[in-house]
Amino acid sequence: MTDASLHIPAPAAIADEASLRDYWQLLKPRLMSLSVFTALVGLLVAPAGVHPFLGATSILWIALGAGASGALNMWFDADIDRVMKRTRKRPIPSGRVAPSDALALGLFLAVLSTVMLGLTANWVAAFWLAFTIFFYTVIYSMWLKRTTSWNTVIGGLAGAFPPMIGYAAVTGGTPVEAWLMVGLIFMWTPPHFWALALFVKMDYHTARIPMLTVTHGRDETRRQAWFWSIGLALVSLGTAVSGIGGPLTLLVAVILNAVFLKGAWDMWHRTDADSEADGHAVEKGLFKWSLVYLFAHFAVFVVEVALGPWGGW
Amino acid sequence: MHQDHEMHIRRRGRNFGLLAVLLGFIVIIFGVTVVKIRTGGFSEGFDHVARPALVPIEEADQ
Repeated sequence: MTDASLHIPAPAAIADEASLRDYWQLLKPRLMSLSVFTALVGLLVAPAGVHPFLGATSILWIALGAGASGALNMWFDADIDRVMKRTRKRPIPSGRVAPSDALALGLFLAVLSTVMLGLTANWVAAFWLAFTIFFYTVIYSMWLKRTTSWNTVIGGLAGAFPPMIGYAAVTGGTPVEAWLMVGLIFMWTPPHFWALALFVKMDYHTARIPMLTVTHGRDETRRQAWFWSIGLALVSLGTAVSGIGGPLTLLVAVILNAVFLKGAWDMWHRTDADSEADGHAVEKGLFKWSLVYLFAHFAVFVVEVALGPWGGW
Repeated sequence: MHQDHEMHIRRRGRNFGLLAVLLGFIVIIFGVTVVKIRTGGFSEGFDHVARPALVPIEEADQ
């Protein structure tokens, strides 16, 4: 290659050249923010002290690991993203970032975040971060997302690990309390996503992604959301009586779950016609409550710890 | 007079962004090193700290 190649005019490429913002978008910042929040809670409720700087940097590496998963997912799913309206403007399908660049960034960040978390915190936390990246990229994105309608459920597991990684970063272990936090997000994801799928017109069928609403129908999706909500309530109460819970957590969990179950029950006992008639009020209500639910539930774990001798059992 | 290449001008924002990221990385590595050394995280203590448990019993009795 000579300097001459730099002078070849390529107006289209120049106009669409990737900016830092595009690389940032590759990391799926919204998913990253959820990982940061839940990992931070895991770190704060762990029954051991951690230096604030090491704690903050551990969270940073967990966030970068989540970002690596996002970049690898966007690299592999570029063909799907290209045909769906919602994702067509992402950096790879829009042509601003080359797929090979996204792959390189994802792999680099995956290795960097894992090694740095191992050095900053410990290798138990680093192992679970590496496992999460592997699970989201290989098991979910490359394999199950395109082959089974339970992809939402399985994909949710990858998003559920960050609080456990935060907990492990402090303690070096993953006791039942850490797994209960994983279970909480795991059970929360399906009804949260299915409520959204019932009121937003998604074109997954165009991309041949077997979503539950398409493969098993919308009525079955409503029914499944109810059953997963019951499971969610049970895990939620489990966290409340565990080592990270307490009377306050139990009270908050009862309120959060009562509203959630009412919403899921109502959503099950109505048809698409009912839903169209009131502008999907119940589905939208459950979706919004699910956001409040997750934030409040994890926040109350921290409050319980902050209460010191007055918190916990 | 030196003129910046068009490509460099175009990529200026990206390059400065990368510079900021790299500087941030250096600061973090430095900070982690300082904290680890102060809290003794990297030190196994074999050659810096007296470990009575390693001293043979007869020697300790004398």
